[in-house]
Amino acid sequence: MSIQQTEQSKPSSAGPGAASRSGQRLNAERIITLIILAALIVVPVAAYYGDARYWVDLATRLVILSIAATGLNFILGYGGMISFGHAAFIGLGAYAVGIPVFHSINDGFPLIASNNGFLHFVLAMAVCAVFALLTGAISLRTRSVHFIMITMAFGQMTYFAIVSIEKYGGDDGLTIDLRSEWPLITFDHPLVLYGFCLASLFVVMYLVHRMVNSRFGMVLQGAKQNEERLRALGINVYNYQLTAYVISGIICGYAGALLGNFTTFISPEMMDWTRSGELMFMVILGGVSFLFGPLIGAAVFLLLEESLSRFTIHWHLPFGVLLILSVLFIRGGLSGLLQKLGGARDR
Amino acid sequence: MDTSLFIIQTLNGLQLGVLLFLVASGLTLTFGIMDLVNLAHGSLYMIGAFICASITLWTGSFLIGILLAIPATALVGLAVEMTVIRNLYPRDHLDHVLATFGLILCFDTLVQIIWGPEGIAVPLPKWMDGQVLLPGGVVFASYRLIIIGVGLAIAAGLYFLVVHTRIGMLIRAGASNRTMISALGINIKALFTGVFAVGACLAGLAGMLVSPITGTSIGMGNEIIITAFVIIIVGGIGSMKGAFVAAILIGLIDTLGRSYLDDVFKLVMNAEVAETAAPALSAMLIYIIMALILAFRPQGLFPPKTR
Amino acid sequence: MTADAMAPILRIENLCKSFGGVTATDAVGLEVLPGETHAIIGPNGAGKTTLISQLSGLLMPDSGHVYFKQCDITRLAAHKRAHAGLARSFQITSVFMQMSVLDNVALSVQARAGHSFHFWTPARTIRKLREPAMEKLEKVGLQDRAGDITSSLSHGERRQLEVAMALASEPDLLLLDEPMAGVGTEESARMVDMFKSLHGMTMLLVEHDMDAVFALADRISVLVYGRVIATGTPDEIRSNQDVVRAYLGEET
Repeated sequence: MSIQQTEQSKPSSAGPGAASRSGQRLNAERIITLIILAALIVVPVAAYYGDARYWVDLATRLVILSIAATGLNFILGYGGMISFGHAAFIGLGAYAVGIPVFHSINDGFPLIASNNGFLHFVLAMAVCAVFALLTGAISLRTRSVHFIMITMAFGQMTYFAIVSIEKYGGDDGLTIDLRSEWPLITFDHPLVLYGFCLASLFVVMYLVHRMVNSRFGMVLQGAKQNEERLRALGINVYNYQLTAYVISGIICGYAGALLGNFTTFISPEMMDWTRSGELMFMVILGGVSFLFGPLIGAAVFLLLEESLSRFTIHWHLPFGVLLILSVLFIRGGLSGLLQKLGGARDR
Repeated sequence: MDTSLFIIQTLNGLQLGVLLFLVASGLTLTFGIMDLVNLAHGSLYMIGAFICASITLWTGSFLIGILLAIPATALVGLAVEMTVIRNLYPRDHLDHVLATFGLILCFDTLVQIIWGPEGIAVPLPKWMDGQVLLPGGVVFASYRLIIIGVGLAIAAGLYFLVVHTRIGMLIRAGASNRTMISALGINIKALFTGVFAVGACLAGLAGMLVSPITGTSIGMGNEIIITAFVIIIVGGIGSMKGAFVAAILIGLIDTLGRSYLDDVFKLVMNAEVAETAAPALSAMLIYIIMALILAFRPQGLFPPKTR
Repeated sequence: MTADAMAPILRIENLCKSFGGVTATDAVGLEVLPGETHAIIGPNGAGKTTLISQLSGLLMPDSGHVYFKQCDITRLAAHKRAHAGLARSFQITSVFMQMSVLDNVALSVQARAGHSFHFWTPARTIRKLREPAMEKLEKVGLQDRAGDITSSLSHGERRQLEVAMALASEPDLLLLDEPMAGVGTEESARMVDMFKSLHGMTMLLVEHDMDAVFALADRISVLVYGRVIATGTPDEIRSNQDVVRAYLGEET
C-alpha cells in the first residue's frame, strides 16, 4: 500500500500472488516517483536559464514545504499524533536565522549575532528540539482531540510571543537583510539555494524512511494502531512518542531556517494556526504514512494555489471546496488514489 | 488602583465572557454529542454578524436585523449540516479538522464576494447607544450592559433547556454516552441537525451582538473559534456548565490580564522589562491556562458525568 | 535444578478481592507446575476474569500473595510482569491491524529484546527478530499468512496470532484468557490442535469451552463463587461430586 508496507512483504516470504501484487505497486509508485524527481531537477534549472524565475521560486517553496510536511508526516502519518501547532516550529526556525542576522547588523546580543549558516541551522534545530521537548512532554500526556488542541495552544502561544516582541518587528515581521553564509556556496544564487533545499529534502526523506522502518519506527507505528497492546508488551510508549515529536520538530525547524533564507522576510503570520492547518492538509492530501505523500501533497497544494489564484482572486473558495471534497471522497490521500486507479489496491 | 476602572474592566471582561459563552455553548454541544471538531463554528459567528449588519443597514433597525438574522443563520447552519457536516460524524477528528478548515476558506471567501473585503460598521439605535451611571459612580456603556444581560438570560434559558426538558435530557445523555441515545430509539439524525442549528444560532447571535462594537470583518470568526475551543477544553467537553464558567473565567482573565499584568509585573521587575513581557504574557495567558488544565486535569473543570 | 523442577512456577496463596460487598475472589489458593496445562473453569460470575486480572497485574488483590518463580509479584505493575516472563493473551483480540502478521510477532520479539531506540537498521531485515517470530507463527500454524495484513485475518486466526505474540515474549507462563471465545466450531477444533502442539509449555487456561478444557488440561481447578472447590486431573474432576453438583450439573 505504501512504500513502507510494500517492503514488508519482501522479506516475509508471502505467497507468489502477494509478491506479484507488490511488484505491480512498486512499479506504479516508482514511475510517479521518478517523474517527480526528474521534474524537481529539470524544471527549476530550465526555468532559471529560460529566465522564468517564478518557477524557480515556486519549486523552492515547494521543496521547503515538503521538508516540513515530511517532518509532520513522521508523527502524524506514522505515529498518529495529530499536531495542530507545527507552524510554530517553522516560525521558530525562521527566526533562528532572522534574529542572529538582525543582531549582527544592528549590534547587541553578541552571543548569537552572526551570519554563519552553521550557527543559524544548529540554532534553529536546537531551539525547536527544546521547544518540542517541553511542549511534547506536556502534550503527550493527553490523547485524541485534547492533543490536537494543546498543540494548537502551544502554537498560538509562540505566535503571540513573537507578535509581542517589538524589537524583532512584532506583528510587522522582520526583514532578513543577509542570508546565511557558508563556505564555498552562497544562498544568494537562486539555483544554489534551490539545490541546497532539494538535497536537504532528499536527506530528510531518506532519514525518515530509515527511521520509520527501523525498530523505533515499528514502535511508533504500533503506537498509532494499538497503544494499549504496546504497553502490554512492556514498551513505554510515551518515551518513543516524545522522541518522535522532538525529531519532527527539528525537521520543521530546519525547514523554517530554509524558509527564512528563501523569503528573506519573516513574520508571526507564518506561525498562525491556519498555517498549521495548511501543513496538515498537505500531509493528508498526499496521503498519510506514504514517504512521498507530503511531497505530492505540497506540490498539489502549491500548484492549486498558484493556478486558482491566477484564475480568480477568490481562489480560496474552490480551494476550500476541493479540500472538503478530498476529505469526503479521497480516503488515503492522493497516493492512495493513484494506487486505486492503478488497480493495485487490495481493499 | 483605580476602583472604577477596575469595575469597568471587570464588566468588560464579563461582556467578553458572555459572548464567548454564546459561541462556546454550541461548540461544546456539537463536540460533546456528535464528537465533531467543528473549526467552522466561528464562520457561523461571522455569517450571523454580516447578515445582521446588512439587514440593519437596509431596514435601519438593529433589532429587526437581529430578529431576521437569527433564522437566516439557522438556515445556513442547517444547509452546512445537511451537505457537509453530516457526512463527517462517522469520520475521525483529523477529517473533521480538515473538512471544516475547508469550510472556513469557503465561508471567508463567500463573505468577501458578497460583502466585499471591507468590514461593515453597524450603527446602534439611539436608545442603546448611551452610558449609564452605575452605583459607585462608575460610568459604563449601556450597550455592553445589554450584551451582558442578554447573554446571561440566554445562559439561563439554555440551563433550563438542558436541565429541565426532555430534549435537554437527551442532550445530556448524548454528551455523556453517545450509544445511549441510539438505544433510546431517538431519531439521532434529526437531533444532531437540530443541535447543530441551535449552535449555529447562538454563535451567529454572538457575532450580531459584537458587531456594533467592533464592526464586522472577514476572519472575525477565526480569532474567536480558537478561544472558544480553549473554553470548552478548560470547561470540559460537552458540559454546558463548564462552558459557562470557563467562558466567564477566560473573558475576565483575558481582559484583566491585558489591563493589569504590566502593573503586576512592575512590582517584581524593572519597568522596561515589564512593558515587553506583560503584553506577551497577557496574549498567551489563556493558552497557558489551557495547557495547565490539560496537563493536570485533562478532562476539564466540569466534565459531563459518567463519560 | 531437579529440586526446582517440580517447584510450582505460579503459586497463589489465600488471594482475596471484593468489590463493595461482593467477594469475587475468596481465599483462592492454586499452584501451576512447570510444563503443565492448568485450566480454570467455573460457571459465569465465578470470578475467573477477576482472578486472571490479578495475575496479570490489571487488578490489585485486597490480601493474599501471588508468587511467580518464587518471587512475590502480588503488587508488581503489569508491564513488569510481562518482562518477568508472564505473558497474557487477551480475551478481546488486541493486535496491530495495519501491520503484517509477521510484523506483529516480530514487534513482540522486539519488545522482549530490550529498548527500541534503534533508528537505522530496517527492523524487517533483522534476523534475530524475524526468525523467532516466524518460528512462533509456525507453532500456532499461521506461517502461510505471515506476509498478509493482519486485518485480513479471521477471528480465530487473530486469536492464533495473539498466542504467537504471547509466545514471542518467551514466557515462563502463558495466561490464556478464554482463547476460544467467539470462535466458530471448525476454528476452535483447529485451535485445540494448536494448543495440544504447544503442550510442554506452562499454561494457565481460563475457558468456557468444556470440550477444549478436557482435551487440553493436565489439571483443572474449579472456581465457584470466588472459591476453588476442587483441583485435579480431568478424570478426577469429572467424578467429583461437588463439581458435578455445583457446575457440571447445570450444564447437562
